[in-house]
Amino acid sequence: MAAPVLCRLCPGRRWSLAYINRGSRHETGTPTGSRSSGKRGQSSGVQQPLITAEKPRKGEHEWAAVVGLEIHAQISSNSKLFSGSQVHFAAPPNSLVSFFDASLPGTLPVLNRRCVEAAVMTGLALNCRINKKSLFDRKHYFYADLPAGYQITQQRLPIAVNGSLAYSVFVGKKPSQLINKTVRIKQIQLEQDSGKSLHDDRRSQTLIDLNRAGVGLLEVVLEPDMSCGEEAATAVKELQLILQTLGTSQANMAEGQLRVDANISVHHPGEPLGVRTEVKNLNSARFLAKAIDYEIQRQINELENGGEILNETRSFDYKLGCTVPMRDKEGKQDYRFIPEPNLPPLLLYDSVSLPAGADPQQVIDIDQIRKRLPELPSVTREKLIQQYGMLPEHSLTLLNEAGLLEFFQNVMKETRAEPKKVTSWVLNTFLGFLKQQNLAVSESPVTPSALAELLNLLDRKAISSSAAKQVFEELWRSKGKTPAHIVSEKELGLLQDRETLEQLCQATMEEHPQVVMDMKKGNPRAINKLIGLVRKATLSRADPTVIKEILEKKL
Amino acid sequence: MRTMLGRTLREVSAALKQGQITPIELCQKCLSLIKKTKFLNAYITVSEEVALKQAEESEKRYKKGHSLGDLDGIPVAVKDNFSTSGIETTCASNMLKGYVPPFNATVVQKLLDQGALLMGKTNLDEFAMGCGSTDGIFGPVKNPWSFSKQYREKRKQKPHGDNEDSDWLITGGSSGGSAAAVSAFTCFAALGSDTGGSTRNPAAHCGVVGLKPSYGLVSRHGLIPLVNSMDVPGILTRCVDDAAVVLGVLAGHDCKDSTTIQDPVKPFMLPNLTDVSKLCIGIPKEYLVPELSSEVQSLWSKAASLFESVGAKVIEVSLPHTSYSIVCYHVLCTSEVASNMARFDGLEYGHRCDIDVSTEAMYAATRREGFNDVVRGRILSGNFFLLKENYENYFVKAQKVRRLIANDFVNVFNSGVDALLTPTTLSEAMPYLEFIKEDNRTRSAQGDIFTQAVNMAGLPAVSVPMALSNQGLPIGLQFIGRAFCDQQLLAIAKWFEKQVQFPVIQLQELMDDCSSIFENEKLTSVSLK
Repeated sequence: MAAPVLCRLCPGRRWSLAYINRGSRHETGTPTGSRSSGKRGQSSGVQQPLITAEKPRKGEHEWAAVVGLEIHAQISSNSKLFSGSQVHFAAPPNSLVSFFDASLPGTLPVLNRRCVEAAVMTGLALNCRINKKSLFDRKHYFYADLPAGYQITQQRLPIAVNGSLAYSVFVGKKPSQLINKTVRIKQIQLEQDSGKSLHDDRRSQTLIDLNRAGVGLLEVVLEPDMSCGEEAATAVKELQLILQTLGTSQANMAEGQLRVDANISVHHPGEPLGVRTEVKNLNSARFLAKAIDYEIQRQINELENGGEILNETRSFDYKLGCTVPMRDKEGKQDYRFIPEPNLPPLLLYDSVSLPAGADPQQVIDIDQIRKRLPELPSVTREKLIQQYGMLPEHSLTLLNEAGLLEFFQNVMKETRAEPKKVTSWVLNTFLGFLKQQNLAVSESPVTPSALAELLNLLDRKAISSSAAKQVFEELWRSKGKTPAHIVSEKELGLLQDRETLEQLCQATMEEHPQVVMDMKKGNPRAINKLIGLVRKATLSRADPTVIKEILEKKL
Repeated sequence: MRTMLGRTLREVSAALKQGQITPIELCQKCLSLIKKTKFLNAYITVSEEVALKQAEESEKRYKKGHSLGDLDGIPVAVKDNFSTSGIETTCASNMLKGYVPPFNATVVQKLLDQGALLMGKTNLDEFAMGCGSTDGIFGPVKNPWSFSKQYREKRKQKPHGDNEDSDWLITGGSSGGSAAAVSAFTCFAALGSDTGGSTRNPAAHCGVVGLKPSYGLVSRHGLIPLVNSMDVPGILTRCVDDAAVVLGVLAGHDCKDSTTIQDPVKPFMLPNLTDVSKLCIGIPKEYLVPELSSEVQSLWSKAASLFESVGAKVIEVSLPHTSYSIVCYHVLCTSEVASNMARFDGLEYGHRCDIDVSTEAMYAATRREGFNDVVRGRILSGNFFLLKENYENYFVKAQKVRRLIANDFVNVFNSGVDALLTPTTLSEAMPYLEFIKEDNRTRSAQGDIFTQAVNMAGLPAVSVPMALSNQGLPIGLQFIGRAFCDQQLLAIAKWFEKQVQFPVIQLQELMDDCSSIFENEKLTSVSLK
């Protein structure tokens, strides 16, 4: 089949009536899907076409979905893009508004250097070509929270173009596999944020807060290289991580520092792309995925039922889990773009083109910014995989939680325990506790040193792993106690005295003759029960392998 | 001996320094004259209290011997499209009636920092859209020359049937209020703005010097924009030297206006040109248009001969794209107007209508009530030119033509021309009744014909009054210089000014005789019916 089928490799994701084929563009992809990886422990690397058995029957159509994203990231900067107003989240309404932000006549924009640097740095991290000359334009529309009646943006010649963003999606059930994917970045442009409107329907009033008006945004336009909600959500998460690593945006979706609009269409492979809809203002990765998948399904259903897709803007109703048309975005908008006459072209330099004797405060040197680029998440993950033999998915999790990597590395510094053990403790136990109580890593009551000490005790076999769990729980509850302290206080130390252990085994066997009988009959599970009973008798302070050894000897 | 108010800025500055007059006395004299000449309608707001307070401060400085410089204690006026902190700034529009800016335009601040006294805000066409100062909500500005001895005497000689009282002349515009204020001696310098000739045109009609500096030399911050890419604060004074003094104060980088030049501007020391014979003056042949009055044309030739007579090279040059300038300007101007006016929605400031059925209905009614027909018409055509399907055919084409027009000037200056000499206007000031027969657009096309291309190219230009017409009305000529060679341009203008010895306006009746003032006030009320 010549035409690439665009919806591929979305685990567990099957559009009804959709025939999912493996993308021919997927050179690196290991095909999986819930079906083909049904057997646990299946050796990887077996190249198998996905769902080969499911040829489209007569009358059935296959659908492919095409998803592109426009992402707005608020630039992390003390002041706004074109004015000196401060930028703070949740400041009192209209307390951060300069004359320019309120569009008083006669005020003029003055470009914030920090925002330009953030855009260049983000562009470099996303493999973009940085335009040495970029331009600003006005985009006009009337809206109450847009005081000037236009937004200053970069429509004609944006600051960065032609980049790419690599991300990995999980496929299949455990052990899951990671597929590396790339989405092209069309452009990154600098633009102003709008203010906020609060509609009070009861009193039929609209309240305007201009604190956000004029805050610098990076609009990152991702080409329609994605085909389902999960791909989009994963790409967004990766971008979020990169922005946070660069420090160019806090990229907190809940606080609106990262907002995503998705362009979605479906079509039959080999045929022209379908009419697209835009789903606006998606402010969590989960809702993004849900909204996209809902919208794909909606479009397919609509078309299957002989309907047509309108080129419209929709919003996601997270309560109902569906997308609905946005009333105030009806009708065709003509933004009447015009070059912003009050801002000269934005010129950037590199070490070659930098004019001699230029005031460093007046020019921006791309090469200098390149030098300041921190290690990017993909590199960090690769290092973790290489250095500790970590599974890729573990490296992903470690980076996706703010501060978790640092925590892990600090534990590693102070412990002799195996990296795998540390990884497991950090990702399962530690992260599990955090999630349960909805805490950030920085709010954890357990320090890296404490966990390291605990893992050292475990490593020395001074405590059993179940005792270690108890110690951990205690550490979590009572701040300031050391693991050693807890172990001695609660007598959780491992029973090292073999004689005592043998006596306990003997006593347990005598108390449970039926289990001993089962064991002798060859029931493999019986010994486990016996081990459990002995451990209980030791208050979980004995090493199960030693118990097993003793029990086997005694039989 | 001339009265104190009849002096130039530099002369009165010297008088202040020598203690011949105090700032408070000077201020009071001007305020009193402003009241007497109220019928001219030059001022929208007279900031009497502010001016007197500033005069007191200035007087203290003079007493201590700490004067701030040439502008300390000098009464000035500012066109009502420059933001003035605490003083209403209307743009002669209902939209901004009652709007009091919380900040000063950079140029206003610079004047105040030098100790200048702000007498008030001057009248204009609504949002500076016009060339007559007739199309603002506060009514038209009357040209002081309408009441001059020179003009009146000529009128008596000719038989005319019109009612003499309603036969007053326009000032030109849109900075007509500023030009009239300087011409009628109510202040020593005034700020105008110049987008297509709005400073030079009324300067020519009112017999004063009107300077449009190079684009980027003077900050636009606080100037309520007409066309951002062409607007420049203009300077109106009674002589070239005074314009140079004010420009020296205003010029330079402003961190609030990214389009101002970064290079430091040296103080303006206007030299007396000693060797005019080294100059090359270009006469653009395209400026000889059929509509040009024969009187202006002959004065233009005379001026050229003047330069030739002292050995300067005077050559005919060509600016081949000149004829496209007005139509090109129309597209660019209205497009930017459509964009700039979008902010006037009644939400943050300015006029808001009573309609509250929806935000959109409120916008529509607010803008309908707030803007006059001229502004609304330009917004409409500008939005048309910016529509996606029209953008390439209109806006982009106009930008290309603009480049061609700018290149015309570059080519001429590269060929060795130091300055261009042209008429400023087609003819002398027109009677109001005749002027309003045409619509605003036609009038603007005629009024800006010689001045407008300069704004396309961002060049400095100055209108200098040369002589009185047969009717006894001023006629000005325009010098156009190389970009950022404002100083050289002014030096040439100063030499020319000295040669032509333009007569002083004779307004004795107005200034000395209260009974005639009274009569004139009556006359105002008649004509306003």
